[in-house]
Amino acid sequence: MITGRFFAAGADRRIAITIFILLTVAIVVPLLNLAVSPTSAFYVPSYIVALTGKYLCYALLALALDLVWGYCGILSLGHGAFFALGGYAMGMYLMRQIGSRGVYGNPLLPDFMVFLNYKELPWFWYGFDHFWFAAIMVLAVPGLLAFVFGWFAFRSRVTGVYLSIITQAMTYALLLAFFRNDMGFGGNNGLTDFKDILGFNVQADATRSALFAAGAVTLALAVYVTWAIVGSKYGKLLMAVRDAESRTRFLGWRAENVKLFAFTVSAVMAGIAGALYVPQVGIINPGEFEPSNSIEVVVWAAVGGRGTIVGPIIGALVVNAGKSWFTGVLPEFWLFALGGLFVAVTLFLPKGIIGMWDSWRGNAKALRAASIAEEAGTDPDVPAPPKVVRGAARTPGDWSGSSPEPQPAE
Amino acid sequence: MSKSNTILYLDGVSVSFDGFRAINNLSLVLDKGEMRAIIGPNGAGKTTMMDIVTGKTRPDAGEVYFDGEVDLTKHDEAEIAMMGIGRKFQKPTVFESHTIEENLMLALKGPRSIFPALFHRRSAAEVRQIDDILGIIRLGDKRDEIAANLSHGQKQWLEIGMLLAQDPKLLLVDEPVAGMTDAETEETARLLKDIARDHSVIVVEHDMHFVRELGVKVTCLHEGSVLSEGSLDFVSADERVVEVYLGR
Repeated sequence: MITGRFFAAGADRRIAITIFILLTVAIVVPLLNLAVSPTSAFYVPSYIVALTGKYLCYALLALALDLVWGYCGILSLGHGAFFALGGYAMGMYLMRQIGSRGVYGNPLLPDFMVFLNYKELPWFWYGFDHFWFAAIMVLAVPGLLAFVFGWFAFRSRVTGVYLSIITQAMTYALLLAFFRNDMGFGGNNGLTDFKDILGFNVQADATRSALFAAGAVTLALAVYVTWAIVGSKYGKLLMAVRDAESRTRFLGWRAENVKLFAFTVSAVMAGIAGALYVPQVGIINPGEFEPSNSIEVVVWAAVGGRGTIVGPIIGALVVNAGKSWFTGVLPEFWLFALGGLFVAVTLFLPKGIIGMWDSWRGNAKALRAASIAEEAGTDPDVPAPPKVVRGAARTPGDWSGSSPEPQPAE
Repeated sequence: MSKSNTILYLDGVSVSFDGFRAINNLSLVLDKGEMRAIIGPNGAGKTTMMDIVTGKTRPDAGEVYFDGEVDLTKHDEAEIAMMGIGRKFQKPTVFESHTIEENLMLALKGPRSIFPALFHRRSAAEVRQIDDILGIIRLGDKRDEIAANLSHGQKQWLEIGMLLAQDPKLLLVDEPVAGMTDAETEETARLLKDIARDHSVIVVEHDMHFVRELGVKVTCLHEGSVLSEGSLDFVSADERVVEVYLGR
């Protein structure tokens, strides 16, 4: 059934196209970087590969947030924390790979531990010399935190702005904790100076291209998984909880479990995004827990169009491309621009770029249908309007795009 | 009073919010298969009583038993819903961004945990059940319509349909005809009478014509307890009911 839906035309075509583009990009961009001569017009410079690779991680983070915010109405202002935890897990692996090549040449302890007079490796660093262990931790740590956090929060029926505030407090608490030198995560400076990943030089062009491809493929996979989730009966339930939580309870559903599952899946996705991000930027420090980072993710999702799958991806790419350009031209005004953008989107594009595109296409279709009907000499009012309503209501993207009014943020 | 053979048994129930006694020593018994209309002025405790029965509010004192043996005060909303008590809200509450069919699909009786829902496939039996319900609530032609596009009255019916999909033993129906036209009201009365043939039903309603249409035993609540109980003629002849509710 799922594959049938996948190849179906219409509503789900956008998802198929997105996955196709991501997979194509995963192959083509590394090829254009590695196999094409730097003098050629088709050459993609390495810095572009690194930059867009970073954006793809952000897009995955935005998609993760949208699963809980757009589809379940949980406005998490702490998703940066899950991203950073995934990043730290990957960073710990990369630190252990440095081995005796660090400044102090200690074969076991990373540089910062030697510097801080650690005598032996803290217990929670055990196992991170294996990639498989780090990979499991990338999934498990954010997932477990989200599960425990969500278990308490949703069971106590904390909703709306109160939930947003405690998610914000969570990431802030982690920020403060990771700043401490005696936490054993490198304190203020975080983890950096990475050398190898899986035996390949992290700085090499080929490795960067491979990381870029891994990011694009992972994002494609995440799009598929998210789409399968929101298209299932559970996905409908998720939106039902968003729209009328008490109704779901009186139908016998446990709304807290519905939310908990989405929140945990979302945190795992955010953790994966962080893990892909760290080797590409070469550093992870407590700054990633900064509450403003998490808020920025919300802006990406809002700009692209929340409650859609493709929207947050487009939002993350557009806003970050804008950020890269803007911080080059007018660095001190970027935060004003970002704030202004959020206000403008909330006021003028409540359904984001995707929503605007859909309604624009809906209108264009309506006009065309009306003019065709007029030429044919029939009354344009008869067949056209219902079609228009349905077209606009059920446009691609998905399901929740179908809600006629933007849902309260809650 | 014996609890056996009752579907709902409330005895000496009280609850107060910040000192205000919303329900005050309320006792009410509903026999299996019975339909009951509950009337009363605003603030009489009608909705609070439903909150107590469905587990949304815990009573401070008193007994609440379902089906003669289950103590409802020990369970939460989802458990109570699974035992077989369905509730329609005062304000029609449906899943606005879903189609009619999806609304009913989510309400259909069945497992209520996450993983079965994640891998759920629509079965032919379910489609048949949904067809039946769509027929009963007269929304057969609107199957794929988004619920938000329904009229107020149709939303009320959809919500009743969702209750039916749950297949409860007891239905609590809060103001089902609020905001309906006369024709819709009549239709709804017929619908509820149909449903009452094989379910126990409690209907809260202000519309006296509608209550008369139902033709069932009436309980009038006032200030959180039963003021009068009996046939509609008996209750509406009661001096105290006239005083506090019907007006002269």
